[in-house]
Amino acid sequence: MISTASNVVVVSANRVTLRKTLVSCAVLAVVLLFAIVVMSLIGSERLPARASLCAIASLGTSACGLSRDQFDILFQIRLPRILLAAAVGGSLATAGAGYQALLRNPLAEPYLLGISNGAAVGTMIALIFFGANEWMRPLVAFSGALIATLAVYRLARGRAGATPERLILAGVIVTTFLSSVIVFVTTLMDATRIRSFTFWLLGDLSGTSRALLPVAITVAVAGALVLTLHARSLNLLMLGERDAFDLGVEVGRVRVVVFLVASLLVGSSVAASGSVGYVGLVVPHLARLSLGSDNRISIPAAALGGALFVIVADTIARTIIAPRELPVGAITALIGAPLFIYLLKRA
Amino acid sequence: MLEARKITVSYDHRVAVAAVSVTLKNGEATAIIGPNGAGKSTLLRALNGQIRPSSGTIVLDGEPLERLNRRSISRRIAVVAQEAELRFPVTVLEFILGGRFAWATNAGWGWETDRDLQVAHAVLKETELTELSGRLMNELSGGERQRALMARALATEAPILLLDEPTANLDLSHQATLLSLVRNRCDQQRASALVITHDINLAAQFADNILLMQHGKTIHSGTPAEVLKPHILQEVFDVRVLVDAHPVTGGPRVTPVHETHRQEKGIL
Repeated sequence: MISTASNVVVVSANRVTLRKTLVSCAVLAVVLLFAIVVMSLIGSERLPARASLCAIASLGTSACGLSRDQFDILFQIRLPRILLAAAVGGSLATAGAGYQALLRNPLAEPYLLGISNGAAVGTMIALIFFGANEWMRPLVAFSGALIATLAVYRLARGRAGATPERLILAGVIVTTFLSSVIVFVTTLMDATRIRSFTFWLLGDLSGTSRALLPVAITVAVAGALVLTLHARSLNLLMLGERDAFDLGVEVGRVRVVVFLVASLLVGSSVAASGSVGYVGLVVPHLARLSLGSDNRISIPAAALGGALFVIVADTIARTIIAPRELPVGAITALIGAPLFIYLLKRA
Repeated sequence: MLEARKITVSYDHRVAVAAVSVTLKNGEATAIIGPNGAGKSTLLRALNGQIRPSSGTIVLDGEPLERLNRRSISRRIAVVAQEAELRFPVTVLEFILGGRFAWATNAGWGWETDRDLQVAHAVLKETELTELSGRLMNELSGGERQRALMARALATEAPILLLDEPTANLDLSHQATLLSLVRNRCDQQRASALVITHDINLAAQFADNILLMQHGKTIHSGTPAEVLKPHILQEVFDVRVLVDAHPVTGGPRVTPVHETHRQEKGIL
């Protein structure tokens, strides 16, 4: 018995455990909180650190010596924007991890597959037909993302899962088709809105909406939880639908869950901030690289890491040429595109 | 016990398996042989519930297969299929622990129990993969991966094993090891096995029953001695064969005789 016990210890040494997952996620959560606070001090208007920290710690109930303007910048502009960045980043990274397991391919990413474009078309339709009703935007964006996901899935799926070539080709087809739809709809808009719209399409957090922020946060948290709770099934799905079925995964049901949740995540983040690219590629990749391919750890880690990544990227976007701003999507693509090429060469 | 009663499977109006019956009894190994496209793999997929037959029934331990949920089937039937391509880095141990999925009390977010690890450790040893347990699956050779697939099936502890050409990538010694693993499960743990193979002599040595299929139909079924007769094999495989007694086991031994041999050696 003693030898069995010691063997078990040896066997379990290189394996993801609940303990390792909880510790990794706790560390990431602390770093994320730290980033939220620190990034809120940085910007074209520098805020006094101690007073700001005191105000944040009081959850906005005390000004702690900040001027009226400083207080408003902190609580009305910066913190909402940073929280939205976190929600968008967490959503996109989680969705990316979900698509990668579903399509059995580490290159799957909502922006590159055209799914963000599907959500963008949905958002535009909601803007045109339900203008003032902000709540309709994530809903219609979700439908757009879902349709695009189904199209990519049907186009890319082969006998052996989606090969990289097939997947990227499917993504190009869906992306270009939806881009022309976007161009068509844009020409119907009035000229003054086109510029802000182009910015939004590239992924822009400057228009943070009060109504959509709680929606985006709720969807991000709920989506990450649901996918994490299916992580063990996704681990097997990643190795092939047939194998997963043989081993006891209800493949059809899990597939529907991933379709719906990932589309909802992309829909809500695109409705709030446009198409921020490459987050779903970069972050899950880094999570797998540092923590292993087990979705029970890589999905929650990607969710937290995605939030962190977009917060940092957006801080760079709004400070690097201050007082002017770049769309955050430009920064994430600058980091993501080279990594994509590297992964493609390895695939 | 797994039993197929006159099952017919068709894809797009093409009949792949026509009214085939097969019974996998406890403690017995059955081999399916037949030319490519005979419907062997389709039959195996139907037995596992992946493809629903258009007529006929499949009964697992007295219950119709379609009434059982996926996880309870997977606890009783394990499949070793031809390997899939791996695009994510997964260690051998993680891969094999996948075989414990159907036993998890919380399927979505469960963690492996000590028992799961003990089982994984035991099958790693059985398949001679203990030293490779921390290696990544895509760093292994074809034969090592094939053994990992076998190990994962054994880790399910399912009493029924369905194997689709499990020895295709294996060298002689590992072929023997793998088949003796399957044989041991049948003899000692009263398991039953169904093995698709192109190696008729392997089937003759290892199986209690042989099912010979062609064009989706059962041509013959019975003991190796009953099925492996020259005129039957010649008709199905369209090649002349020599059947004699195996010098060690005494069972039938099949040797195909090719045209070139005949011309060169002037025999037959």
